[in-house]
Amino acid sequence: MLGKLDWSAIPFDEPIPLIAALVVFLAAIGVLAWITVKGFWPYLWREWITSVDHKRIGVMYVLLAVLMLLRGFIDAIMMRTQQIAAIHGPGYLPPDHYDQIFSAHGTIMIFFGAMPFMIGLMNLVVPLQLGVRDVAFPTLNSVSFWLTASGALLVNISLVIGEFARTGWLPYAPLSELDYSPGVGVDYYLWAIQISGVGTLMTGVNLVATILKMRALGMGYLRMPMFCWTSLAANLLIVAAFPILTATLAMLTLDRYLGFHFFTNEAGGNPMMFVNLIWAWGHPEVYILVLPAFGIFSEVFSTFSSKPLFGYRSMVAATLFICIVSFMVWLHHFFTMGAGADVNAAFGIATSIIAVGTGVKIYNWLFTMYGGRIRFDTPMLWAIGFITTFTVGGMTGVLLAVPPADFMLHNSMFLVAHFHNVIIAGVLFGAFAGFTYWFPKAFGFRLHEGWGKAAFWFTLLGFILVFLPLYIVGLQGMTRRLQHIEIDPWVPWLIVAACGILVMIVGAACQITQLVVSIRHRDELRDETGDPWDGRSLEWSTSSPPPSFNFARLPHVGGEEAYWTMKQRRIEMQDSGEEPAYEPIEMPKNSPTGFVAAFFATLVGFALIWHIWWLAIIGLIGAYATFVVFAWRDVAEYEVSAEELERIERAGQPAWSKHGEELA
Amino acid sequence: MSDRDHRPEEFADLDDSAPGEERINEQEVAGGLLGYVTGFGLAILLTIASFVAAQSGLIYQPAIISALVVLAIAQMGVHLVFFIHLTTGPDNTNNVLALAFGVFIVVLVVLGSVWIMTHLNHNMMPMNGIQMQ
Repeated sequence: MLGKLDWSAIPFDEPIPLIAALVVFLAAIGVLAWITVKGFWPYLWREWITSVDHKRIGVMYVLLAVLMLLRGFIDAIMMRTQQIAAIHGPGYLPPDHYDQIFSAHGTIMIFFGAMPFMIGLMNLVVPLQLGVRDVAFPTLNSVSFWLTASGALLVNISLVIGEFARTGWLPYAPLSELDYSPGVGVDYYLWAIQISGVGTLMTGVNLVATILKMRALGMGYLRMPMFCWTSLAANLLIVAAFPILTATLAMLTLDRYLGFHFFTNEAGGNPMMFVNLIWAWGHPEVYILVLPAFGIFSEVFSTFSSKPLFGYRSMVAATLFICIVSFMVWLHHFFTMGAGADVNAAFGIATSIIAVGTGVKIYNWLFTMYGGRIRFDTPMLWAIGFITTFTVGGMTGVLLAVPPADFMLHNSMFLVAHFHNVIIAGVLFGAFAGFTYWFPKAFGFRLHEGWGKAAFWFTLLGFILVFLPLYIVGLQGMTRRLQHIEIDPWVPWLIVAACGILVMIVGAACQITQLVVSIRHRDELRDETGDPWDGRSLEWSTSSPPPSFNFARLPHVGGEEAYWTMKQRRIEMQDSGEEPAYEPIEMPKNSPTGFVAAFFATLVGFALIWHIWWLAIIGLIGAYATFVVFAWRDVAEYEVSAEELERIERAGQPAWSKHGEELA
Repeated sequence: MSDRDHRPEEFADLDDSAPGEERINEQEVAGGLLGYVTGFGLAILLTIASFVAAQSGLIYQPAIISALVVLAIAQMGVHLVFFIHLTTGPDNTNNVLALAFGVFIVVLVVLGSVWIMTHLNHNMMPMNGIQMQ
């Protein structure tokens, strides 16, 4: 009846996951009870859960990402503390559990922390920057989000029911095959990633279509803000790379479920093919994460230096160069697998070459700041923190790209320090910069500056304290994923790293305090103009938060930096622009399709993990029925009348008319 | 912003239609149907042809794989033209570029993988099965 599921799936004998699960469970129950008591359900259902508004979906993506970043951060704290608790001893995490922790840490941070954060920011900002009213396929967008949430839910269910993979964040065969991982851990990984991967792929299609086909009048390709360009490149990479991941994991699934032999040791399988394929996706993946971050930094550097971005066209070229070359370097993740000198040399050179693209960007940012009137607001601090520390990570990356050096450093803590150095300083700092930068646009009030700056300094310091020692122990020969430590010279460095994580905890606490304080003082921090940072692109031309239709009249773009030119012209001409003639517009209706489809997808995933076949069939039928019901809908759009538009526009201060009033 | 009033009707720009969008002539009874039927017929013909090529002995044995590859590429062409509506028209630049990007990435990944995997096998310890052959 319940397949492999019985009471032994719940780890009653392991106190740590059980207590953790209990706390999470109680917290979730508490939140749900609070929502019920306050009577928020109808509001949440109407305005958020069924919303197809790209801004709402973006906010929900970021919320999911923040929750998952905290979960992954707790895993990180456990790993750092385990390594100093287990010096010549067992520590507090048994190997079995420790392996699940580092696997879950990587999986959650990449797939459910970094990816949703970046996708959320792209969702929120790209249509606004392009001067359009929504993404190309609004309901599909909602389905994508809920499928991602479904994957995240499955990974977190594995905390209580069953176990997670013990294979690392990429389940290398043959360790992930049935012979060596007979439990449900790898199955949790496979189905969670497959379900959320479908969501990611659809987002990729959606945003590529949006950027290519739905720009404001006059917004030619070379007038798009830099963030739109990097989003385009990142989403092209999603569309090109995620099918590789899906196919590879599908083959592993066939191995595990139906006795195939794609990646097994025997019967003609080849585990090395798994390593090859997973990195053919895996390397583009790191650029999927970091390219949007580069876009955010470009916006931030230019806005807070009060200057146009230096070398816009070279920046576009560098972005597209990275987009292509990121598909030519994947072997550098497995130089040591034994491909021989020719192959290693070719991929090593390609890897060094891809750094040129990033180098161009770094210089462009430096020259953007040069001679500018720099304002050191929180987003700018994150950006400057990025440019200084990320460069170090880039340098160690070029070092690791040299095959002989890689043979010494492969799978060492040096590697761990390197990729955290680029992912934290690149992606995470970028996410935080974008979060602070666009928060006023999303919610209509600014984040508290003081707490934001405190969060920045603690996070930066903590990050350096954690990962600098890890570079050193890596050079001393410490390998990654060690459950206990037997070598004394490593110990002092590991203690420094553990102290570093304490500082990072303070940073995270500042971040949360910042959010709480800002919400409480939202009236003082209110952004009345829609343009709190003196911005340069179109998202700042509408009110904060923007109305559901973004722009009452779609803007006309006359050059690069659309909004900046408009503002300058109005200031010169002392003219706020005449009151436009409003025309009724049509907006997509909200739809529960995404939520319902994801509910059934979660059922299917859970059922397949535990071999509950009847439930899987019910889930598949339900998902198909959802699709049919959606396809047969009668009304897909609602109309916003001209009077309604005029009323909302007058009430919700359009930024430029405010500017006009100030000038008048 | 006086040019705001002179912009063309939204969505009425015929040179900027969505990819694959067919302009259905209202007067025509089966507008577009002919294209789909032709495509379907060609696709079925090519599928039958590949089964015949593989099983009937009509083709010189070692050439069968090449024949199948040719037929598969022809099949892709039929799909692209009749179902995906890929043309060389000016509004199709995006689609052609997307196809080129896709083909390029597939070629990179497939050739790269083949290159890597053949070299891995070269560097493997000789295995008993191989030694016996």
